[in-house]
Amino acid sequence: MNADNVLIDVCDLQKSFGSIHVLKGVNAQIHRGDVMVVIGPSGSGKSTFLRCLNLLEMPTGGQIFFDGEEITAPKANVDRHRQKMGMVFQQFNLFPHMTILKNMTLAPMKLLGKTKQEAEAKAMELLARVGLADRANAYPSQLSGGQKQRIAIVRALCMDPDVMLFDEPTSALDPEMVGEVLEVMKELAHEGMTMVVVTHEMGFAREVGTDVVFIDDGVILEQAAPEEFFANPKHPRLKDFLSKVL
Amino acid sequence: MNEWLENLWQSVQLWALDIAAEFHLNFIKGNRWQMLVKGLGNTMIITFFALIIGIVLGVLVAVVRSTYDTNGEAMKRRGGFGYGLLKFFNGICNVYLTVIRGTPMVVQLMIMYFVVLVSIENSVTVAVIAFGINSGAYVAEIFRSGIMAIDKGQFEAGRSLGFNYIQTMWHIVVPQMFKVVLPTLCNEFIVLIKETSIAGYVGIMDLTKAGEIIRGRTFSAFMPLIVVAIVYLAIVMLLTWLVGLLERRLRKSER
Repeated sequence: MNADNVLIDVCDLQKSFGSIHVLKGVNAQIHRGDVMVVIGPSGSGKSTFLRCLNLLEMPTGGQIFFDGEEITAPKANVDRHRQKMGMVFQQFNLFPHMTILKNMTLAPMKLLGKTKQEAEAKAMELLARVGLADRANAYPSQLSGGQKQRIAIVRALCMDPDVMLFDEPTSALDPEMVGEVLEVMKELAHEGMTMVVVTHEMGFAREVGTDVVFIDDGVILEQAAPEEFFANPKHPRLKDFLSKVL
Repeated sequence: MNEWLENLWQSVQLWALDIAAEFHLNFIKGNRWQMLVKGLGNTMIITFFALIIGIVLGVLVAVVRSTYDTNGEAMKRRGGFGYGLLKFFNGICNVYLTVIRGTPMVVQLMIMYFVVLVSIENSVTVAVIAFGINSGAYVAEIFRSGIMAIDKGQFEAGRSLGFNYIQTMWHIVVPQMFKVVLPTLCNEFIVLIKETSIAGYVGIMDLTKAGEIIRGRTFSAFMPLIVVAIVYLAIVMLLTWLVGLLERRLRKSER
């Protein structure tokens, strides 16, 4: 295994909320171009794991290395690292007081020092790719859930991230809108974007994932390529889980 | 019947003449209306500048307090200088809120005028500072409740894009907060305008004091006091209307 290729290296990650021990030592390596799909029952710690990767949750133990630098170090410049880690939330979290275009150009202009023209050109190009160029001047409240989530994805892409983190991106959507969001994510994966996806969409995991991870009770119980993972699950907890969701 | 109507008509006429004479005595004679105008000017000056001080103080205190509430734990764990500083400022803010909200405005104004700021000659300046500091305490709590009302996801979205804490507050949380708190803030401004009527306690001729001075000279209470009341009412109604316009405009931007 080529060590240079490791984008995110997670070592013995621990997280407690008060007396509740959510993550009990998670180890994982995400290589460039990987699409790691994280599944598990609710309350297993999979969302916490994802939110620890860009330090929205501060780990209580262990280390995370991003592109070779330890971001859990006390002196690490977390804001700079986060610019390279796009995140998509279950609840979209678009900024309701800004137009779609402003949502997308705010961060590149303020943080990357892009001019308005540069930022808007990039935003429009991305909007066109997800078929929403005509909504550039709309406000988030005027969009459907699926449209909002596609905007949230391209908003993160405007920062040219090295990795995209997805926290149950389709769980808040009406069923008929799930497809359009998964389609965008699929395309992104085919372009070689490194992705970590927490989801309940087993079809997506099987089709797009390069690595599927099963988290239960704060530890990774099984990790394998999707064919192996779904066809030949080893851990009894995973067998049980798959029998319920498939 | 006819006679009765005639009598009524006559007393109405007499009453109108009486009012006109009263009006003349209280406002026209000796150009006493100029006192009201000058008093109104002072009221507006004190209100306006106190408002600005109040908003600036309010935002600062609200941001410090909500940062401490939501982010204090994380900063403590990371250690270092920042947490100690934040805790120190949070302590100062708490003392400020407790003292200012726990004592009457009149007492604060007199303490400022006779004790703390004796060196400042201009009593209007003293009043601006005293009212501004007082208003800041109330505005701070209004802003803090507004910040707390913004969905946590907004904050997380800002941070996940790489904005630091201050940038996230400035670009994302605070603009949304203003919309949430606008009606409450308007209420605070109305209270402030009317509260400046105690400025007379430290010898400032504001609108209320001007009415009082006229009353003292003409020995007629009705006319000056009613007019002063009407002027306050008109200002408050105008302000309410303006804020209504602003609210509608802000809502439109969000559809």
